[in-house]
Amino acid sequence: MQTNGGEALIRSLELEGVEVIFGLPGGAILPVYDPIIDSPIRHILVRHEQGAGHMAEGYAHATGRPGVAMVTSGPAATNIVTPLCDAYMDSVPMVVITGQVPTAALGTDAFQECDTTGITQPVTKHNFLVTEAADIPRTIREAFHIATTGRPGPVLVDIPKDIVDPRNPRSALEWYWPESVDLPGYQPLGAGDPEAIRRAAELILEARQPVIYAGGGILKARAAEVLRELAELTDIPVVTTLMARGAFPDSHPLALGMPGMHGNYTAVTSMQESDLLIALGSRFDDRVTGKVPSFAPNAKIIHVDIDRAELGKVRRPDVGIAGDCRLVIEEMVRAIGELGGADAQPDRSAWRSTISGWQERYPLSYLPSEPGELLKPQFVLEQLRDLTPSDTIVASGVGQHQMWTSQYWQFDHPYTWINSGGLGTMGFSVPAAIGAKVGRPDRMVWAVDGDGCFQMTAQELVTAAAERIPVKVAVLNNAYLGMVRQWQEMFYEERYSEVYLSPDLPDYKMWAEAMGCVGIRVESPEEVAPAIEKANAINDKPVVIEFRTDSREKVFPMVPAGASNDEIMVEPHQEEA
Amino acid sequence: MVATTDGVPANDPTPGVQHHILSVLVENRPGVLTRIAGLFARRGYNIHSLAVAPTEDERFSRITMVVDVLSSPLPQMILQLDKLVNVIEITELAPSEAVERELLMVTVSATPDIRGQVIELVGVFDARILNVGHDALTISLEGHPSKLDDFEQLMRSYGILAVQRTGRVALPKLTHAESEDRRPLRSA
Repeated sequence: MQTNGGEALIRSLELEGVEVIFGLPGGAILPVYDPIIDSPIRHILVRHEQGAGHMAEGYAHATGRPGVAMVTSGPAATNIVTPLCDAYMDSVPMVVITGQVPTAALGTDAFQECDTTGITQPVTKHNFLVTEAADIPRTIREAFHIATTGRPGPVLVDIPKDIVDPRNPRSALEWYWPESVDLPGYQPLGAGDPEAIRRAAELILEARQPVIYAGGGILKARAAEVLRELAELTDIPVVTTLMARGAFPDSHPLALGMPGMHGNYTAVTSMQESDLLIALGSRFDDRVTGKVPSFAPNAKIIHVDIDRAELGKVRRPDVGIAGDCRLVIEEMVRAIGELGGADAQPDRSAWRSTISGWQERYPLSYLPSEPGELLKPQFVLEQLRDLTPSDTIVASGVGQHQMWTSQYWQFDHPYTWINSGGLGTMGFSVPAAIGAKVGRPDRMVWAVDGDGCFQMTAQELVTAAAERIPVKVAVLNNAYLGMVRQWQEMFYEERYSEVYLSPDLPDYKMWAEAMGCVGIRVESPEEVAPAIEKANAINDKPVVIEFRTDSREKVFPMVPAGASNDEIMVEPHQEEA
Repeated sequence: MVATTDGVPANDPTPGVQHHILSVLVENRPGVLTRIAGLFARRGYNIHSLAVAPTEDERFSRITMVVDVLSSPLPQMILQLDKLVNVIEITELAPSEAVERELLMVTVSATPDIRGQVIELVGVFDARILNVGHDALTISLEGHPSKLDDFEQLMRSYGILAVQRTGRVALPKLTHAESEDRRPLRSA
């Protein structure tokens, strides 16, 4: 069947099972936007290309399916670089299609030309510049294969205008759909080495103070269930990193919560004191390890990751297993069973009581507000947590509000927490929440945002209002770039430099209403619950609640940057008298 | 300095820095070299020399690169390199297990009074004179990189006007039994 590149591109996306594209048209991608009209694929018209990228990420986080964004050349491509880098850092499967100037104009500094594949090469898992229409179906097939297998990641496909424009003879091709992909240099890993898995099982059965260090790879590998099986079989406590919140239920007796710079005292300290860390799909990020030489100094390391380059990148494992987390953990459970199972383990009651001692002594804590004071952000989050269904999807931006959400939310289901962990992209939450709601319309979706973040990408609420995507946004407005303010207070002698944003400028309620949302302002504790309940009841348009919060509030516990995890600082009122 | 002959293990081109040779089979596509160079640059790995050309199969190119392993551990370099989709196979070539060659071209000052000395050295090293000028010679020399080092050093005393080396290329040495010392770190 004779077709053209534009039709072939859309058809290829349909065959890949794409149900939604987040995008914004422009000159070079114009011919591809014509066949979209006749396609069953839903297109969501964003207001800024960065929004398209983060929506695709939010969609991927919530559904496990690759997010797809499509934008034009030049500035549109550069606008989507941030989401690409974000997805690369957090291993999010995403395919981005960018228009490009016609092949004959490549390299001539044509209007809206930029070297998109050159710019995005360091922030994509792979990228393609397609120069022949006949290569389009094969390239799309390869792009989705690379994005979704192995360690997932973003793939960009750059498509010059002439090969998709039906008026140009270069766009003609005979339609085909490749049965399989042939990438000789790309073989994603599967099962791990049985010998190494057996040695890991032996270490687990010998350990007296073990901790499971679960990372985002658990979620990518759909391994939450088998993780729970491993933890329950061996009775080993589990920390879930920022990227793994929800991978193990916070309500479980073995759950220790989040480790790291703003992790809780027990999660941080149990890792420090452990004699065995079972790292599953985690990458020893600096925000978790603190100063590496003093991180968990007495722990042996089992490290399971699908990316072999992660094994030994930061900390040399005693047993490194390259493979898919779900398959490896399944085998590990079997190997432990063969070696005698839970009965073959040493008595770990002393370790358990040490851990529960830390939990009792140093729970997450804050001082409630005094009458007349502004809201405590932690209080707002507790209320939001308690007044929403347990399978609510919550997306956050980056900063204090992100840490408080991760700390105070109770994540009992996988794929309910969406945030920008590796890159730390302010402005992530609103578009990510929109993408998540598109992917999971059955779920309640809340974005928790800071006032600084909200001002970066709030315009996508226009998209949400226009497309009737009823996300809800809680803006914790403390009138500051809060995390920077916290560092200036603690480490720069309270010299506040360029962090004040004002509580009233913009007027968040009016801004929300101007964007077609319901806007609500909350200033006192007794207004919090009614406002959340009102928002929960609205299902035909987006809602924004602005909570006026106390700017003096800081995130604790905290391990200062570059310090050892042993130097963890707890909430001041919890310190020893 | 005494001239070495072929087959002698290489001197490190820069003393105190440890070099390893990687033979990297890649897809012969536009931009592959950029991906490799970009990876090395952003992860802070040092490339000492690099030579690229198509192989017997035109779909593939072979890159011979000499890397500085003091900048980063070799296994980490190899594993990161291996993640590039266009990289098909990486083989580490230990100097004792590889045959190595490099080409040097040098234009050296050779006024009529000393030209005879230079030509004599050209003979000793089995080099070739490519071009003769009024008071300079352009010479090419192919051989083991350490031999090229020695020749370059000797030419320096006459005054090098221009020098260009290709960077080394290498293939695994064949053993008499089977080519077992080929060590593909990743099989295709």
